[in-house]
Amino acid sequence: MSTSLKTPARDTAVAPAPSPAPRRPRAARRRALRENVTAYGFLSAAVVIFALFSWWPIVRNVLLGFQDVNFATGNTWNGTSNFAKLFDDPLFLTAWKNTGLFTLYALVLGFAVPFLTAVLLNEFRHARAYFRVLVYLPVMLPPVVVALMWKWFYDPGPGLFNEILRTLHLPTSAWLDSSSTSLISLVIVSTWANMGTTTLIYLAALQTIPGELYEAAELDGANVWQRLRHVTIPQTRFVLLVLLLLQIVATMQVFTEPYVMTGGGPEDSTVTVMFLVYRYAFVYNDFGTASALSLLLLIALGVFSALYLRVTRAAKE
Amino acid sequence: MSSTSSPRGRSGRTLPLATATVLALIALTACGTSSDGAESDSGGKVTLDVNGQPPKTQAFERKLYDKHVQQFEKANPDIDIVPHEGFMDPKTFNAKLAGGKLEDVFYVYFTDTRSLIEKKQAADITDAVKDMPRRGDLQDPLMKIFQDEEGHQYGLPTSNYSMGLIYNRALFEKAGLDPDQPPKTWADVRKAAKKIAALGDNTVGYADFSKNNQGGWHYTAELYSRGGRIAAESDGKWKAAFNTPEGKATFQDLHDMRWKDGSMGSKQLLQVEDVQRMMGSGKLGMYVAAADNITVIAKQFGGKYEDYALAPVPDAKATLLGGEGYMFNPKASPAKIKAGVKWIQWRYLNPDVIEKNVADYADAELPVGIPMPTVPDVFEGAVRDRIEKVKKDNANMPTGNYQAFMDSAPKVPGVIEPPRAQEVYAVLDSAMQSVLTKKDADIDALLDTAEDKVNAIYDAS
Repeated sequence: MSTSLKTPARDTAVAPAPSPAPRRPRAARRRALRENVTAYGFLSAAVVIFALFSWWPIVRNVLLGFQDVNFATGNTWNGTSNFAKLFDDPLFLTAWKNTGLFTLYALVLGFAVPFLTAVLLNEFRHARAYFRVLVYLPVMLPPVVVALMWKWFYDPGPGLFNEILRTLHLPTSAWLDSSSTSLISLVIVSTWANMGTTTLIYLAALQTIPGELYEAAELDGANVWQRLRHVTIPQTRFVLLVLLLLQIVATMQVFTEPYVMTGGGPEDSTVTVMFLVYRYAFVYNDFGTASALSLLLLIALGVFSALYLRVTRAAKE
Repeated sequence: MSSTSSPRGRSGRTLPLATATVLALIALTACGTSSDGAESDSGGKVTLDVNGQPPKTQAFERKLYDKHVQQFEKANPDIDIVPHEGFMDPKTFNAKLAGGKLEDVFYVYFTDTRSLIEKKQAADITDAVKDMPRRGDLQDPLMKIFQDEEGHQYGLPTSNYSMGLIYNRALFEKAGLDPDQPPKTWADVRKAAKKIAALGDNTVGYADFSKNNQGGWHYTAELYSRGGRIAAESDGKWKAAFNTPEGKATFQDLHDMRWKDGSMGSKQLLQVEDVQRMMGSGKLGMYVAAADNITVIAKQFGGKYEDYALAPVPDAKATLLGGEGYMFNPKASPAKIKAGVKWIQWRYLNPDVIEKNVADYADAELPVGIPMPTVPDVFEGAVRDRIEKVKKDNANMPTGNYQAFMDSAPKVPGVIEPPRAQEVYAVLDSAMQSVLTKKDADIDALLDTAEDKVNAIYDAS
């Protein structure tokens, strides 16, 4: 399909129509249109859907960020008042700090754990498919179910983790009920729930590494750590970088875990940017300020998305 | 692959084109042609979209509601009621309003009325309620919840609740407490909670909410019970008013129960469903709530009606008033508003219908006698007395369990929620979480910080 779209353009560029034949380009255009009508059909459907359900909401969100939103009496422009209100809100900085910390912890855990799991799975000679399914299983669970299940695991009283710790005569933890452990507890949930997909991508990348490289390294006397450092990581560098950027974009939008498990507490320690957006829009009924905050998040995510595009383009070239 | 090389020829191109066209048409339809639902009056007949219809899972309530629609339409042939399931959902309210899909008459909680009036998201119905039957029998403080500062009316209350102390009689007995002598003060609550928690096996003496703004809401109820207030108005400006000895005592008692007595359990960040579940499973002694919680505990969480009793709030210097009612779409025509007022009055504020409801509930062996919304407590004077008598005559619940609450109800003043309630609750929620999750919580500092934040909210409004 993409070939048929490009072909006429290339024809025109390589062999421009001679000037005394004005009907020929039009005929060529018509022919091209006829030939590519299927492609245009598919394309227009996608464009309409994207325009309606992705681009227009983004544009509308940008506009709402500069308006006093009232769906009954109509919106009025209020300049940067919504942003000023945000900057005055003490939770604004807290939310960014929590989101930043969540992203950082999620990268340390959510980046290293799936990679090491993939390396481990790659080493297995038997039952590899079985373990792959096991690792991927949590991805198939609905996020809210995961959150509720882990809420029970974290129960400081009869919860699973503290029961295990008690059995082992180890000190228990307050988990979600303490502002010092709540955020990291959410990161663990998020990592467990999402690592399946990342692990499989790493595994696929690992399996593209030519076996000769490892054989050569072994002949040179490289140990496991040296093989990991000098063969595995350099060979999967591109995948690692792309997933790192995608993970930043995904984790910065964290909402389900704090919404279901902690409600932003204790003491606002799990209020994230998306949680604050939700609160402004659906608790305070202030869509203008919610949109302004969404816009700021969009800009932050845009930076990482641009980096991602740059990395993938560079890799293609 | 070029389409011309396709053996399907024209038909191969037709399908995607048709798909694209259909999708575009669907999209355009979704965008532009929705009716705003405000002006569908035709042929002298008013079509009125109303919500509040019970879901099909509540078979009896649904049947009763539909029967009322039929009876009302028969009595008012010029009005066609179009019922919709569902109540107030802040997540969809604005989308419905923006998309012209908000019902002409919509359900609200008392918490939301002030904000909707300020934002002009409800219609002024002052003229339509002037001559409404039974207008003078409604409690004035409840009517005021639906009024602006100039006294314009924007909705009608249909049910009212006030907070009390729900307790588990079975656990009281087990702990050696007299279930007929519920705690009267917060000091009594603390003592009883300690005894109940001493039963062990993860039994909790007293539980409180501290999540999703419900902690702030409960702190408000507990502060009111001690005679304190969240906010006070002076020269037309609201200011925080909870940084007082009452405000401190509220947090201090909770902190002591949680950390000194160990009577509040180790799991916090609870919200209403968590606490109802604990109560239903017989693992909780007491919590502050309205009477309608008893039905939820019994119906959804497996509790037995006879085990649960309702006492007045401890200290009983005041109680938090809450409730529900109906407001009107700001785009509704005067004819629709008139019809809507008629419907609300006929269905919800009509002693004859209420009396019949009580009998129907009793016939169906559904709970009658719990001080809860099936029998709305919105009237005063002779009408209230008449309804209370009907309830008493038809009661099939252990009404003795609620007698202390009912006896105190006329004596305990009801206080409504503070302005900008949700934002204020969010601030107090955080303080509540500190008290319940931090052993070394500095209550004075928490109150100072919360006071500054709440004052900032009021200064900005």
